[in-house]
Amino acid sequence: MKILRIFIILFLFLGFSHLKSDEKKDELKIKILKNIRCLICQGQSVYDSESEFAYTIKLIVDKKIDEGLEENSIYEFLREKYGDWIIYDPKLNKNTYILWVLPLLLFLLGGAIMYKKIK
Amino acid sequence: MKNKSILLIIIIFLVFCFVVFYKGLNSSNTYSPNINNKKAIPFFKAKDFNSNTYLNSTKIFNEDVFYVVNIWASWCLPCRTEHPLLVELSETESIKLVGINYKDKLNNAKNFINEFGNPYSQIITDIDGTLSVEFGAYGIPETFLIDKNKIIIKKFIGPINEEIVKEIKLATK
Repeated sequence: MKILRIFIILFLFLGFSHLKSDEKKDELKIKILKNIRCLICQGQSVYDSESEFAYTIKLIVDKKIDEGLEENSIYEFLREKYGDWIIYDPKLNKNTYILWVLPLLLFLLGGAIMYKKIK
Repeated sequence: MKNKSILLIIIIFLVFCFVVFYKGLNSSNTYSPNINNKKAIPFFKAKDFNSNTYLNSTKIFNEDVFYVVNIWASWCLPCRTEHPLLVELSETESIKLVGINYKDKLNNAKNFINEFGNPYSQIITDIDGTLSVEFGAYGIPETFLIDKNKIIIKKFIGPINEEIVKEIKLATK
């Protein structure tokens, strides 16, 4: 009886730990899919789209996660195939540096003006 | 003096905003792929259409010729319009055509080939579309021209036409 109980507990524990890892994988998958642009849709992410292209990309992301690729490696793979446009979060490069630097410059300028006023 | 400099900053800021938005108005918000980006062919494993055995990409592209990779399906209407041109292209000695059968039913694909002719020296199947992603394709038909160094030198989106056939023939002379 005791052995049976131990087996049941062990079985439940293993079952739930499997569910937990699936949950983690799903969370990562959703996070990645929400950050990928559906290239043939108007303003939709792959996560939101039901198009053939989105369906294939969902499969690819699933496959890459199963292969053990990190989030950034998956973005890098897709970027290599389709260019920067496929990722919503743009990488810092010569085409996007204004996008990254301008808010910082405006913040510093605003800060300088406020500092001068207070003084 | 102080007011003047504030006015100048505001004017510069407004001009900057105007330039950014004006440029934004002219740029398209739809995806336009970089079709002249030269890349090596991806390494992949795919199922042969006829024998159902798995093949390596190195085995598929093992000859010292130009390759034209065409992604097609029996359910794709534009593929029917471009098919006679692919047959014409297959008669060129320096070119070998490789077909990627995209998300298709085997019987339908075989009927398509029987009906319209087989321009391909090799057909591989892409049952779930993931192989086409390796080539950076996002729809069908798409055609890629691969040189003797196994570099993708050109990508044609949509069905090919007479002009593209001429361009391919010229590039592979």
